[in-house]
Amino acid sequence: MKAKVAIIGAGISGASIARVLSRYENLEVHLIEKAPDVGWGVSKANTALIHGGYDDDPERYPTRAKLCIKGNRLWHQWVKELEIPHVWNGALIVALKDEDFEELERLLERGHRNGVPEMRIVDKDEVFHLEPNLTRKAIGALWVPIVGQIGPIPAVIAIVENAVANGVKTHLGTEVVGIKIENGEVKGVETNNGFIEADVVINAAGLHADEIAKMAGIDYFEIHPRKGEYWLFDDDVPGPRRVLFPTPTPISKGIVVTTEVSGHLMIGPNAQDLPPKEKENLATTREGLENVWEGAKKLWPQLPPRSKVIRTFAGLRPEPTGGDFIIKAEEEAWGFINVAGIRSPGLTSAPAIAYEVAGIIQRELGINLEKKSKWNPYRREISHFFMMTPEQVNEAIKRNPAYGKIVCRCNNVSEGDILEAIERMKFIGVKTPSVDSVKFRTKATTGTCQGSFCRPKIIQLLAREYSVEPWKVTLKGMGSEVGIGDVKSILRRDA
Amino acid sequence: MFPRIPMLNYDVVVIGGGPAGMAAAIRAKELGLKVLLLDENDYLGGILPQCIHPGFGLHYFREELTGPEFASRLAKRLVELGVQYKTASRVLEITNYSDLEKVVIFTSPSGAYQAWTKAIIYTAGARERHAFEIGIIGDRVSGIYTAGEAQTLMDIYGILPGKDVVIVGSGDVGLIMARRFALEGAKVKAVIELMPYPGGLARNVMILRDFNIPLYLSHKVVEVRGKGRVERVKVMKVDENLREIPGSEFWIDADTLVVSAGLVPSVKKLKRIGVEIDPSTGGPVVNDRLETNVPGIFVAGNSLLINDLVDYVAEQGELAAEGAREFIENGGIESRKWVKVEKGENVRLLAPHYLSGDKDVYLYLRVAKPMENAELRIPEVGKEIKLPVVKPAEMLRLSLKAEEIKKAGETLTVEVVKV
Amino acid sequence: MIYRFTCIVCPLGCSIEVEVDDGEVKEVRGCTCPRGKEWAVQEVTNPKRVVISVVRVDGGALPTVSVKTAEPIPKEKIPELMSYLAKIKLKAPIKIGEVVAEWKGIKIVATRGA
Repeated sequence: MKAKVAIIGAGISGASIARVLSRYENLEVHLIEKAPDVGWGVSKANTALIHGGYDDDPERYPTRAKLCIKGNRLWHQWVKELEIPHVWNGALIVALKDEDFEELERLLERGHRNGVPEMRIVDKDEVFHLEPNLTRKAIGALWVPIVGQIGPIPAVIAIVENAVANGVKTHLGTEVVGIKIENGEVKGVETNNGFIEADVVINAAGLHADEIAKMAGIDYFEIHPRKGEYWLFDDDVPGPRRVLFPTPTPISKGIVVTTEVSGHLMIGPNAQDLPPKEKENLATTREGLENVWEGAKKLWPQLPPRSKVIRTFAGLRPEPTGGDFIIKAEEEAWGFINVAGIRSPGLTSAPAIAYEVAGIIQRELGINLEKKSKWNPYRREISHFFMMTPEQVNEAIKRNPAYGKIVCRCNNVSEGDILEAIERMKFIGVKTPSVDSVKFRTKATTGTCQGSFCRPKIIQLLAREYSVEPWKVTLKGMGSEVGIGDVKSILRRDA
Repeated sequence: MFPRIPMLNYDVVVIGGGPAGMAAAIRAKELGLKVLLLDENDYLGGILPQCIHPGFGLHYFREELTGPEFASRLAKRLVELGVQYKTASRVLEITNYSDLEKVVIFTSPSGAYQAWTKAIIYTAGARERHAFEIGIIGDRVSGIYTAGEAQTLMDIYGILPGKDVVIVGSGDVGLIMARRFALEGAKVKAVIELMPYPGGLARNVMILRDFNIPLYLSHKVVEVRGKGRVERVKVMKVDENLREIPGSEFWIDADTLVVSAGLVPSVKKLKRIGVEIDPSTGGPVVNDRLETNVPGIFVAGNSLLINDLVDYVAEQGELAAEGAREFIENGGIESRKWVKVEKGENVRLLAPHYLSGDKDVYLYLRVAKPMENAELRIPEVGKEIKLPVVKPAEMLRLSLKAEEIKKAGETLTVEVVKV
Repeated sequence: MIYRFTCIVCPLGCSIEVEVDDGEVKEVRGCTCPRGKEWAVQEVTNPKRVVISVVRVDGGALPTVSVKTAEPIPKEKIPELMSYLAKIKLKAPIKIGEVVAEWKGIKIVATRGA
């Protein structure tokens, strides 16, 4: 008999758990997400780093300290199996004054305790060798070569596609409204789309993990959002080769300066604690953005003029009571596993979290996990015109002329790429056509013009492929429709 | 070095099938050149087919036309002449292999090709500045459009973006979109203009009166809030230095924010091959053939500088084609002592930048600030033209005769001064 | 009653004042040419506009076709015309310049093909 597992939340944690659990013959895995697509919560807006694992104090935050380095190692495997865009470019934690070296020594020592390989402190000469355009005020740095960067939403998408290919069932656009518990044992989850039976419920609900836990009668922790804001610059602005951190203060890891995986200079985040109820507050603020700008300038003085900004955005990190990840089977509700408070380094830790959860199911819930004889670890990335040589373009055009037609002119995204993205959306069960779903899969609309040329064309393609009126296509899910009706709709209504 | 894809050969490849590109391709063909016109859209005309309002063609066709009609006239001529053109074709890369050998790699539904050509006329137009570029903060929700995108949605694809609209920018495009929204029954709640004067032509400013639309001069939109969709926008007054005045903020309820904050020439591909850009126009530095510093690369239309009148855009296209012919016939534009055109008082931008003195030219320029009873002067040649009113919104086109240019020494300074 | 305009007849953009009393134009001030004066008087007495819009189309490459009135129409008639245009739906093919509809004797002309 198969045990039914319901995972609440298709962010990086829930997706990774789904993938790892899809390996087992005797589990039926359901992945439930209230957004129309995967990875749209905490996973969407962050610094996209695979951290080195030196930062988390093993005494205060033992789970973080253990899983971060383990996750970092696992990502090396996962990015290859799943063809996730990534770069392993290493990080420099930069010293600007002599006292900073004391803190860097502490980080180095902590890194050694956490098992981080290859870290070392570099002097002024070497720091400029590693990062020629760093601020002239730098006097050295902690060099952490194992740090890397990935596309966080592409990662969630890749993982979910692989999980679905291995039998995981998704329930997107499905909001959990209750957890059914009988005789101290979970029975399933109530959703706006009906009841989903489950023997094991995994709460990976990100910012809302405390609310989900309360539905199971568990209230020993609270999640409050911590806002971080970012600036993103045009791709012709030179950025650093490495991930640049300032020497941390007791309060913050500081403003990072980096060239993200798509080649854009990005700076951020600041950290602003919000009250627990403001879990949807993704508004950028003048003060926050200016703080980021000032912070980034300390490491990268040559920030471009504001006319080179292509986007500003904010993300929320789920800060739990106590500050450490909460990953455990709850005794009050047998079968209920919390995966809560997955704040930084959550993205890095995700694969390790997933194996941790599999271990909990086996050890603590006593479900003896049996591996599938056939499990496919691989997933192919969709076609990207911008990665093809002209010869490859001509091969693709033989399959479908749409591969020769550019829709997003800033990033060279073809109509063929977009049609593939829509096919993949349908494959994982995306039911609401959204421009953002196409954007995260193809990079269309993320370039210099921010979509003013291509968004109308993408809307047409989504409307056609989903058989809806074009004005019902959304930007980012229900309530964000791109129009209110056809061009004559008001006049006809008023007539 | 070059990919193994089908090879084509031309005298001139024109990149961009808007009015500048079509006019250039037509002229090049008339001059006997073998020309290929490439455009990335499914139809020719560039932005014109969505500019459904009148006001086009008074100079070029001596008749008032709408945008699609203007485009259609050029397209008809193009087809009659048998100009070869490809739509849905996007240029990926330009290589300047040698002065008379350039390679344009482009993709299309029928395949990727390399077009070898002697000259290139670059007429790729411009892009719009967007909400992030002008520093609008707040929620990243649906309902924020550039004016051009709103226009594409409404007038090409028949989608009404919203019903309560705030427009940023009182330039012509912003005002024209105000009229489009108002005509289709939407409520245009305000036009917000950063400067202390309206940015558009007087005939477009009249739209505000026609539809009772409030215009806020010296104001800016600073923030957008909403869940999923724009719900309200925050507006602040600015002082004479364009700084926000604390305490002046107020909110307007709206479901749509249309940003019409100016255009930027699309010249990234030219920059990559070393074309020098004039920071004030945002387009290339050119001589009076509209040739850039890279020999045989010509530029016209909004890629050269932002125009208000399509008529001048088409005129520039023709000029570039004539330059290309000269370039091909003579194996290059003869090097000479160019007269450099300098920006004097109250001149914000101008093109072309270098004049030969062997032909009559038009200088296109914009002033930095409005002025009444002004005089345009070129002291080096003793030219003085009275101008009752000058405005940054209205491009000036100044005719200069070859003899006048010859009188100048190494430079020629254009200034607009109060008399 | 005094109406104030910026003249749009030429780029000079004269500031014109039209003084109206009892529906009758008493004086026009500020214009520098007769065309400006004529325009200003018309703006006060019977302002007219060429109306431009799009109309829905079935079966074309695009779902809309752009149209204009063949002549300027009185300003106050615009809402009525717009509500007429909202109700009609055309069938492709449509040629540019084709009269696609007629409303109260005013020809509606396609300015784009469909």
